[in-house]
Amino acid sequence: MTATIVWRRWVLAASILAVLVVIGLFMFFGLRQRVSRLGQEELKAEQAQREPVQTEISTPTDVKVQAQIYWLSPTAHDTLEPATIELPLSADPAIRAKQLIVALITLVPDPSQRTLPAGAALLQLYILPDGTAIADFSDALATETPSGILSEQLAVNSIVSTLAANVPSIRRLKILIHGQEAETLAGHVDLTGFFTVSTASSAPAGLPVNPANPVQLPPFTPGGPTIINKPSAAPSSGAAPPPAAQSAPKKQ
Amino acid sequence: MLNRLRLAAILFAALAALAASLNFVSVSRAEPGARQSQAPQPAPGTTPKSQWQPFTPAGSQPSPQIVANPSPPLIVIDPAHGGPDPGAHSSSGINESDVVLEYARMMRIALEGKGLLVVLTREGNDDPSFDERSAFANASRRAIFISLHLSTTGTPGTVRAYSLPIPLPSQSISTPILNLPPPVAVPNPHPGLRDWDHAQEPYLDLSRRLAELVQIQLSQSFRGSPDLPTAVAIRQLRTIAAPAIAVEVSSVSVPNRSQLDEMSSPLAQAVAKAVSDFLPVYAGASP
Repeated sequence: MTATIVWRRWVLAASILAVLVVIGLFMFFGLRQRVSRLGQEELKAEQAQREPVQTEISTPTDVKVQAQIYWLSPTAHDTLEPATIELPLSADPAIRAKQLIVALITLVPDPSQRTLPAGAALLQLYILPDGTAIADFSDALATETPSGILSEQLAVNSIVSTLAANVPSIRRLKILIHGQEAETLAGHVDLTGFFTVSTASSAPAGLPVNPANPVQLPPFTPGGPTIINKPSAAPSSGAAPPPAAQSAPKKQ
Repeated sequence: MLNRLRLAAILFAALAALAASLNFVSVSRAEPGARQSQAPQPAPGTTPKSQWQPFTPAGSQPSPQIVANPSPPLIVIDPAHGGPDPGAHSSSGINESDVVLEYARMMRIALEGKGLLVVLTREGNDDPSFDERSAFANASRRAIFISLHLSTTGTPGTVRAYSLPIPLPSQSISTPILNLPPPVAVPNPHPGLRDWDHAQEPYLDLSRRLAELVQIQLSQSFRGSPDLPTAVAIRQLRTIAAPAIAVEVSSVSVPNRSQLDEMSSPLAQAVAKAVSDFLPVYAGASP
């Protein structure tokens, strides 16, 4: 008799547990669907946000020209290579620079040659009277650029070299991420300063385009790097004197 | 009544024992201080034993350059990333933070074998900030800083050395552009102190020279590596008040971790050889 009662209680408990498990499974799958639906909505919202930027920018002054765009070399993915494509470009330097960066992101001939992430968008670009271009990118530039010195260097160099080849009035470039100064691009390359785009004599970009064959560096001269300049960069009178590097053999 | 008396006696005994044990603890805590005060002090005019001496592993002799130099630099090896930041990572489970820590440990052995004192910015899976890593070098009178990385891209099996770019004199940011008035120079409010954010500036030439020497060794050890180092604005190097370079191995995309592990020993030997070659240059350039 007692054994029968105990058995019935066990069956009752197991039944209740089974019902609870079934209810839990239904709730779990429902929750998963809601989360995935929310994620898709966020993605659509983000795409809608950058749609106006990534669409072709055209102005009445656009003229079709042969533009040089720097993507990864199809044969060596640690090197940039210029590709000449016909683009309608504006006479206005700021709009022209925007059109070029949008082309750099969207017109890549092959995904393996991509230097900037597909999800990155140029939010805004201004050119100051002194030739400083300020380019504001979406968060994706920082979050989706592959981490590493080489990949970040190639990303920055592709922008710098493309601007240097097609917008001679730009002297230097400042990169912002979503309107803010970022410490690094993806953990390595310093974004707190300026990147030299071209010198007064319209020389090539200050940073080497091909890491495997870097451009000839300037002679050793003590002084601060232009790309990490800050307003407080006044030379410190108490700083250690520059090392006597002139005595060291130089390899150029 | 008798029971109450017994209880009181037991309580008294317990309190006495507790008091005795507390007294013992306090005495035992005081002992190290007492011992410390009795430690022999160096005689006036003699060199204290705690002064830095070149590290010499058992059974090896320090290299002649190091013996000739009275204050060899501290070698700071910085395995990048760590903790919640794995750095570059692959679908096969290779994390940059793990690989570079192994490289750093191997490099320490190779450099200590040359009689140098080496310190790592992290010994385990933690993630010091840029400034905390910089402090290892900046707190030392003379140091050499080497930051180790593993890339996401690049030809597998190649290695690159990096230093900060050296600007052309005409590219100085203070040069007026388009006839704008020159910026007003702000005097250093703290003479004698170096600006932390630009600590690398006086060492750009030396860093470049170190990167060249390292890249020469790397190009000989790893086929396909470039012959010359690359100049890149790397955040970590900007705040180092010492010759500072970064070394990046390509890449995390290898199918098997063993390919990266096999590079560990030749990488360590190449960097140790280059650092050894750099020491006379550094000694001659020091103020």
